[in-house]
Amino acid sequence: MKKLTAAMVAVAGVAFAASASAATLDDVKAKGHIQCGVSQGLPGFSNADDSGDWTGLDVDMCRAVAAAVFGDSNAVKFTPLSAKQRFTALASGEVDILSRNTTWTMTRDTQLGLNFAGVNYYDGQGMMVPTSLGVTSATELDGANICTNTGTTTELNITDFFRANSMSFNLVAFEKADEVVAAYDAGRCDVYTTDRSGLAAQRGKLTAPDAHMVLSEIISKEPLGPVVRQGDDQWFNIVRWSLNAMINAEEMGVSSSNVNNLKFDANITPAVARLIGKEGNFGEELGLSNDWAYNILMQVGNYAESYEANVTPLGLARGVNALWSDGGILYAAPIR
Amino acid sequence: MTTPRKYVRTEDAPLLPPPATEAGITGWLWQNIFASMSDFQSLGAAIRSLFMILFSLLLVYLFIDQTYGLIDFAILSAVWSDPEGLKREACWTVQQGGSLPDGWHGACWPFVWAKQKFAWFGPYPSEELWRIYLSLIVGSIGLVWALRERLPYRRQVGVLMLTLYPLLAFILLTGGNSDASFTGIGVWIIVGLALISVGRMGAAGHLGTIFAEFAGIFGIVGWGIIALNVVRGIVALDFNLTPVGTGDWGGLLITLVVALTGIVASLPLGIILALGRRSEMPVVSVLCTIFIEFWRGVPLITVLFMASVMLPLFLPAGVNFDNLLRALIGVMLFSAAYMAEVVRGGLQAIDKGQYEGAQAMGLSYWQTMRLIVLPQALTHVIPGIVNTFIGLFKDTTLVSIVGIFDLLGAGQSAVADAAWSTPVQAITIYLYIGIIFFIFCFGMSRYSIFMENKLSKSRRH
Repeated sequence: MKKLTAAMVAVAGVAFAASASAATLDDVKAKGHIQCGVSQGLPGFSNADDSGDWTGLDVDMCRAVAAAVFGDSNAVKFTPLSAKQRFTALASGEVDILSRNTTWTMTRDTQLGLNFAGVNYYDGQGMMVPTSLGVTSATELDGANICTNTGTTTELNITDFFRANSMSFNLVAFEKADEVVAAYDAGRCDVYTTDRSGLAAQRGKLTAPDAHMVLSEIISKEPLGPVVRQGDDQWFNIVRWSLNAMINAEEMGVSSSNVNNLKFDANITPAVARLIGKEGNFGEELGLSNDWAYNILMQVGNYAESYEANVTPLGLARGVNALWSDGGILYAAPIR
Repeated sequence: MTTPRKYVRTEDAPLLPPPATEAGITGWLWQNIFASMSDFQSLGAAIRSLFMILFSLLLVYLFIDQTYGLIDFAILSAVWSDPEGLKREACWTVQQGGSLPDGWHGACWPFVWAKQKFAWFGPYPSEELWRIYLSLIVGSIGLVWALRERLPYRRQVGVLMLTLYPLLAFILLTGGNSDASFTGIGVWIIVGLALISVGRMGAAGHLGTIFAEFAGIFGIVGWGIIALNVVRGIVALDFNLTPVGTGDWGGLLITLVVALTGIVASLPLGIILALGRRSEMPVVSVLCTIFIEFWRGVPLITVLFMASVMLPLFLPAGVNFDNLLRALIGVMLFSAAYMAEVVRGGLQAIDKGQYEGAQAMGLSYWQTMRLIVLPQALTHVIPGIVNTFIGLFKDTTLVSIVGIFDLLGAGQSAVADAAWSTPVQAITIYLYIGIIFFIFCFGMSRYSIFMENKLSKSRRH
């Protein structure tokens, strides 16, 4: 069934890529808003707050594109999608961008008629254990009971990891994240494994959060990023450069608090001038206005601001998601 | 000669109070509860009694323990308010960095209060909430009026609730002003009028005798098209309301919309399908049987997946059915098939003599059904019908797996909010959702018992 679905999505994706490739930008402008596919609720990435407004790193990605296209970061509507629905929704045109903590893998890139416009978060699967277990490395976990979600790549990754290290383990899998946490908290297993962002987010649900530690091993690569339909290069570029603008802005020290001053400042570096549209024609070449990046920074902020507002409260340090100049791997192509 | 009697009783002997073991609470307890455990006359009976005593004590203990656990969690130990706006820290123990004692286990109600609007109406814009309130108020007044006895104009109100109310609610909730073109609607209405006149001419015999047989169908189709397009026309009017797409609906609102649409549509559809399945016309009967068996043969979750994941792939690019509408149609057809079988059960219970009697009176097929058979058949199967309704109401939670935020989906999404993440977060919201579902389902169940009692008076033995 899964294969069949994947095949159908692929066929449809290709068909749509051929037929519906015509400018998403024009459609979006005609609609007056961007339709953005997000997750049904993932702390730090896309989450409906108490009043039902969406917040999160993935949500900010869509808001940034809306700010670039319309000059209004609120010109975006969110469609919560399940993991199964997400690619169909994008391929069928139900959403214009899929920004739903989606891991960039080769199959998804090549077979589904989709393109990953970049990476806005480098995640990886981690493991949490009770401190009382006295374990410091994942290689000491021979024979452990491991709690995880069913039907996700986490299950496959953990199997790969234990087989590669020729250790035995016992998998205790649950359907929902809550059940996994509850089982781990009740002591039904020694290890809780999921993406490191997830581990951090779920920590608050443990009765004694300080009695648990996250092991240093990261057993998989999960580059998460926004996805668009294949075959519409203009739209692909808009999404890719909206992300790049946020990362470049952080690197240049441009943020929502100073971008307005910089606009009227005669002594800015040429790179900043190009970014905020005082020099060159970069916006118009994307099919937007030249203050596209200025609008993103004014209304959404740079990458660091978005990260600190959404992901830092989970207790996740920047880690590999720091700028390359700060020891991370976040590196955006220059605007020039 | 009569000997004078020493004593003549002039009044009735006084009634003695019944023995303590027979009357009052003690009597009730002795007769209903202790009777099975107070028989020690033989060894076997004594052992049985002892077992009963132990078993009863165990059950009482379990009951009290569970009830107390629930009450303790939900009321006694619960955190009720969060005046300082601490969010999750209001429900954290000392160990977690909060102020509650370690080992505390209770509901975190401030979390539910904070998510109240989201759980009820999802991301519906706050300044437009009055539209939901208005349609809910009109809906409940109309519903109570139509269901209450002894209120005047019940029937008229009921008809309005089924025709005008859905239109009103639709316009209020979406804001109307749909993008249907008035020219298109005009063309359709002309087509409808044309069909009706063709039907009229056919019925009058102007178009040949064979045609006269089906002329009625043209009239029905024509009126159907006109009605549909009048509705489309009204919905396309600009009422100066901010449009709210169904993507912004959520929570209890979605649950109610899906359940009510399913309930309202499934009964008439089900009746038609049941009659069709029992029809003597082979084509009709086979078609209805295939329809019913197909929809009964696939799980609702599959139907929803097909509707929301597969259907868009078959449609031409750019054609986008509303996600909610797709799910609604799926739920409607699905529940209609179940309803059809319930109604068919009722039809089978009707004695053949009823049909023959109706025929002898010279009633047509539809008259027989409407006046004789269906009123009796539906009364028989009220429990079955309401059972299907309740099942449908609970099945609506399945729409959350296709990305529609119903009550349960909104709750689950609320659980993902890290600002409130505590060990009791999930349990609290599930308890809350459970209570809401119980209120609705129990209400339906009570109304069905009331209806049964009312309608079956004539057949009470």
